Amino acid sequence: MDQRRRDLLKLLSLMAAAGLLPRAGLAEEWNEAAFSAKSVDEVVKLLGGDAPRESDQVTLNGPEIAENGAVVPLEISSKLPNSESIAILIEKNPNTLAASFAIPPGTLPDIQTRVKMNETCNVYALVKSDGKFFYAAKEIKVTLGGCGG
Amino acid sequence: MANAIKVRSKTDGDVTLIRLLISHPMETGLRKDAEGQLVPAHFIELLTITYKERTVLSAQWGPAVSRNPYLAFRVKGTQKGEKIRISWKDNMGESATDEATLE
Repeated sequence: MDQRRRDLLKLLSLMAAAGLLPRAGLAEEWNEAAFSAKSVDEVVKLLGGDAPRESDQVTLNGPEIAENGAVVPLEISSKLPNSESIAILIEKNPNTLAASFAIPPGTLPDIQTRVKMNETCNVYALVKSDGKFFYAAKEIKVTLGGCGG
Repeated sequence: MANAIKVRSKTDGDVTLIRLLISHPMETGLRKDAEGQLVPAHFIELLTITYKERTVLSAQWGPAVSRNPYLAFRVKGTQKGEKIRISWKDNMGESATDEATLE
């Protein structure tokens, strides 16, 4: 790599760090490591958390029994201040992390979506609030698994 | 891929409820087809929703999000008649962008 190219790259990375580059709609990168993780602890660590605490300010609603594991409706909401992200973790899926959402100011920390579950297990809603991680957990029983089906 | 993203919205005072339904197979890579062959993983990785150049939600998904993903969320400070833009990109490099007018 010649010096000019190196300087240009350095300048671009500085500009990016300073937020000066235009942000395309999908500029961020998919967190492959977190989506490949096989345990709740590992996912939390890869999302930048450490020892999350259970909180009654985080609500995870879902069915007690999901007859079809391919479509399990979930609603996650948070009353914690500055809830900046919400992640859905499914303990016994082949990969633990199902989805993560970045919640900018102005968007309410209240997400509804549908996920696949391979078997009966705990589902975790992990919320980052003021830089710290909190969670709510719920066991959902699955009659028919939804990952291979 | 017309109508690949269906958007419903409802504004109540200062808050708009936005609901999306995206047409996508969301294959896990673990499913076998009728011949017993594994169907390759094919799923949306990144989703971004913007309102007037402001990102109102961005998501990263794995294959555990259900086929034809559904998503509902609430945004403050948006106005009826204005547009939101929804973009996604999947693990095979396919992408789509769609706009919808808020109701």
